[in-house]
Amino acid sequence: MEIKVLGPGCANCFKMEELAKTAVKELGIEASVVKISDIGQIAIHGILSTPGLIVNGNIKHSGKPLPSLEKVKELIKVEA
Amino acid sequence: MLKEFSSYAVYSLFGMAQGTRLSGAFEFFIYDTIKIFLLLCVIIFAVSIIRSYFPPERTKRILSNKREFIGHVLAALLGIVTPFCSCSAVPLFIGFVEAGVPLGVTFSFLISSPMVNEIAVVLLWGLFGWKIALIYMGTGLLVAIFAGMIIGKLKLEKWVEEYVYKIKSMGISAESTKQAFKDRLVYARENTTDILKKVWAYVIVAIAIGGFIHGYVPEDFLVKYAGPQNPFGVPIAVALGVPLYSNAAGVIPIVYALMEKGMSMGTVLAFMMAVTALSLPEMIILRKVLKIKLLAVFVSIMTVTIIGVGYLFNAIL
Repeated sequence: MEIKVLGPGCANCFKMEELAKTAVKELGIEASVVKISDIGQIAIHGILSTPGLIVNGNIKHSGKPLPSLEKVKELIKVEA
Repeated sequence: MLKEFSSYAVYSLFGMAQGTRLSGAFEFFIYDTIKIFLLLCVIIFAVSIIRSYFPPERTKRILSNKREFIGHVLAALLGIVTPFCSCSAVPLFIGFVEAGVPLGVTFSFLISSPMVNEIAVVLLWGLFGWKIALIYMGTGLLVAIFAGMIIGKLKLEKWVEEYVYKIKSMGISAESTKQAFKDRLVYARENTTDILKKVWAYVIVAIAIGGFIHGYVPEDFLVKYAGPQNPFGVPIAVALGVPLYSNAAGVIPIVYALMEKGMSMGTVLAFMMAVTALSLPEMIILRKVLKIKLLAVFVSIMTVTIIGVGYLFNAIL
């Protein structure tokens, strides 16, 4: 499974990355968490407000407020 | 009811003496704090529900290929409900351009979104009254429509960095925005707490300025420099406001203090617009997609328009 966290590097983007990593660990699944911070790349992925979360090519979340850890787990689990 | 509660709290609960300057200030402080936080909660919650229907993706679709007047009006209005923070400015800009939103319409949105929003309007309402809040909102929208139209008319597409036009999105889009109403309520609650956490300190400071500095610094302290009589008051306030970076909540304490001490309303509103709509960090971020010439045109048009608004209000208010 491929998880992408997209954001240029603001505080919320780091938090989102942490959330994704924690969620993967707690779910005990095999997944790579990739951080994408290049602005052009973020735009190519169709994210308009950061931070964005893409799981297996589907946009699961974008913008603020950040989802809770439970919510992130749920978002990842449905793609597993 | 709020008034009675404030007096009760000050004189019975805290046992302060009636009729002193300090107890009066305290009463005012408690009353205003409760009133403004109630307003903030109710209005941010309501706007958040509306907002859940207009995520940036939907706004982009609504605005794409809209031309001329209607596009600018819609962009300015959607700017009220569609949030964006300066760290999202670039992906948002690219996304809009890629979806065929005209450059000028994109600017109308980029101007309106940080300048006219529910937080600014509630705070102005709570501190200065609903008339000032409506005036700020109305002129903020007009400034966004007008400045965007000028940028559109000037045909400055060539001054957008070339790579922006080459970006083709992978065509993935967020899952359907159809949410149950219950989910929208959850979102609204989260958004309201999120915003309140960020702004409460500024709001308290603003109210404290109103309650406590009031009466300790002479009211006409600034009149000589920034009152309606000084023709340079507006441009100076705007020139000071442009490089300053703050959101609407952050600038409110300063605005309140300036106004309390005799700065005229037009100058105060122009200052607030300059601070929220134009900022150095945002320009640096936008430089990634805009050539320096376009940035310069944007800043000049905005500066001149905001100065115009300031003069207009000084003349009529």
